[in-house]
Amino acid sequence: MSTAGVRGVRESGAFGPFGGQFAPETLMPALSELEDAWEAAQTDPVFRAELDALLRDYVGRETPLTLAPRLSERLGGAQIWLKREDLAHTGAHKINNAIGQVLLARRMDKPRIIAETGAGQHGVATATACARFGIECIVYMGAEDVRRQALNVFRMNLLGAEVVPVESGARTLKDAINEAIRDWVTNVRTTHYLIGSAIGPHPYPMIVRELQSCIGREARDQMVEQIGRLPDAAIACVGGGSNAIGLFHPLVDDPVRLIGVEAAGEGLNARHAATLTGGSPGVLHGTRTYVLQNDDGQITEAHSISAGLDYPGVGPEHAWLMQTERAEYVSITDDEALDGLKLLSETEGIIPALETAHAIAYAAKVAPAMSQDQHILIGLSGRGDKDVEIVRDALAQRGG
Amino acid sequence: MTHTGSDRGPNAGATLGARYRQAFAAAESGGDTLVFPFLTAGFPTPEETPELIRAALRGGAAGLEIGVPFSDPIADGPVHQTAYTQALAAGASLDTALDAVRAARESAPDAPLTLMGYLNPFLAAGATDQASDDLPGAAVGEPLAPLARMAADAGVDGMIIVDLPVEESDAAREVLAEHGISLIYLLAPTSTPQRIATVAEKATGFIYLVSLTGVTGAREQVAADFEQFVGRVRALTDTPLAVGFGISRRQHVVEVGKLVPAAIIGSALTNTIASAPADGCVAAVEQYLEVVTGRRSEETSA
Repeated sequence: MSTAGVRGVRESGAFGPFGGQFAPETLMPALSELEDAWEAAQTDPVFRAELDALLRDYVGRETPLTLAPRLSERLGGAQIWLKREDLAHTGAHKINNAIGQVLLARRMDKPRIIAETGAGQHGVATATACARFGIECIVYMGAEDVRRQALNVFRMNLLGAEVVPVESGARTLKDAINEAIRDWVTNVRTTHYLIGSAIGPHPYPMIVRELQSCIGREARDQMVEQIGRLPDAAIACVGGGSNAIGLFHPLVDDPVRLIGVEAAGEGLNARHAATLTGGSPGVLHGTRTYVLQNDDGQITEAHSISAGLDYPGVGPEHAWLMQTERAEYVSITDDEALDGLKLLSETEGIIPALETAHAIAYAAKVAPAMSQDQHILIGLSGRGDKDVEIVRDALAQRGG
Repeated sequence: MTHTGSDRGPNAGATLGARYRQAFAAAESGGDTLVFPFLTAGFPTPEETPELIRAALRGGAAGLEIGVPFSDPIADGPVHQTAYTQALAAGASLDTALDAVRAARESAPDAPLTLMGYLNPFLAAGATDQASDDLPGAAVGEPLAPLARMAADAGVDGMIIVDLPVEESDAAREVLAEHGISLIYLLAPTSTPQRIATVAEKATGFIYLVSLTGVTGAREQVAADFEQFVGRVRALTDTPLAVGFGISRRQHVVEVGKLVPAAIIGSALTNTIASAPADGCVAAVEQYLEVVTGRRSEETSA
């Protein structure tokens, strides 16, 4: 095989048989340009210093590590620690990636940024980062999500972004990504596509992982500082999987159980978004990974109460971590996630995002079987303010 | 006309690209510009597809591109996306496309037939659930083998896989070639000289030049920098070139025909089908092809 010379993809773009660059020809030079810009930025102390300063002074890093004493006591097993990405600016980990990629876009002299968003968290983070630097920002959002998340649309507008409702397909996240890619194919010379998760063609999964790895690096140091060692397990929710890979990556060579929690929606035999636990290998949005698909290879609609997990693909590195059995992937239903959200709210005074509630709910399953001198680290990826209406309606529907 | 239709089988590799070579050679030695219409298998319904294929051939199509609909067509504009959605809702599948190929091959034994689509539905014909230690590009080779066999049997000469760039394509190209099928590469105005050279080295059949930076869809004018783009590619390869994206009118075919021997027409034809009366699709397709191939003047087609 002699194609390694074309782009050097072979060295860095694959996670075993997953990842790669399954993108239309028009985009391939842009992916190369992005890879080059990223590599140059990595070795440029000015870029690193600028990013670190923004993460500290604008995003509010490092984020705290919080012991959850009443939750731990309630579960009666392992001690539970929360890595508080909900306390980052805009209320979720998404801003880490958005700020980093906006800096990258400036290095590439791309005056226009596009993004996709499901619930709106990545859209808000991108609009925020663009506002900070005065860059034009267009956010594609499924029309159905626009309707469900009207407040986040308003937030993005306040931040100066244009939100484009996408009417195709199921009019949710997957369709928003399709539309963002089409925009990029058309305007590739002037535009950077600021993808919001560790998905898409190389180099995106790698870039997003690196920009989110501050989560795991900080948590690692903070755990050692607090208990003198690493946790026994690290748990994070997985949709595309950016907060999970950010937490896992700095721990991947350590003896720490890594557990990714997917959305089982209404159950794995019904509508769900558990791509790794209920899907099969395929190619979607430029990468080879696990996808939800029918026998004809058509991508099927995902479902989760949490819009941020409502995606029929998953980051390719997670597929590799699963195949190599370095990480475990499990799933939690909508109902269990609601219970997880209530549990953390009542015991710790922290309302987590519905996405995060999946990780809480799974921790609640494994912690009781562990001993009190064991420790679980949960990636608390976002705060739940955005979800309270959905939660209220869902709880009313099921009777509390 | 030599009939190469019976050449398929174990030695199909020897005829790799034969129908393309024959058709392009005729065009380049003074024949008409080849027009390859693109038809979405199953649009507007799977039942109508074979008849629309025959109508396109009657109207003057030199060959065909038959599109396999996909749920997430990231390189297509709204016209094709809508057509794919409608075709899938009507029950279209890979079988619909292969039926269409068979219908075309029966009517036109020498016409180059190209299957076009996205990787995932093509992979689904094979076993994709086995754990693999290959790299991603290698991992999408072997699962294409069942499709390649079926496609070759139906009479396919080449495949365009929109989301399989040259970097990831070696295994797929080899598997297809074993069944006598050319992997048709695309080049875009954004393609670098290095990429053009790599594609030129690996291409068989023809190279599909994307006339502009953008998704599929009819445009009023062919991109202004197209001539320069053709020159950059031509300097590096003798492989036949065809142009697509944005071509809708006879005038476009005449213009690009001065630069390349073949033009691919997609969205404009899909529009023609979509806007025809329910019982008028067949006539509309035949007439449209007559116009764009120059067999009928544009005025009389209104």
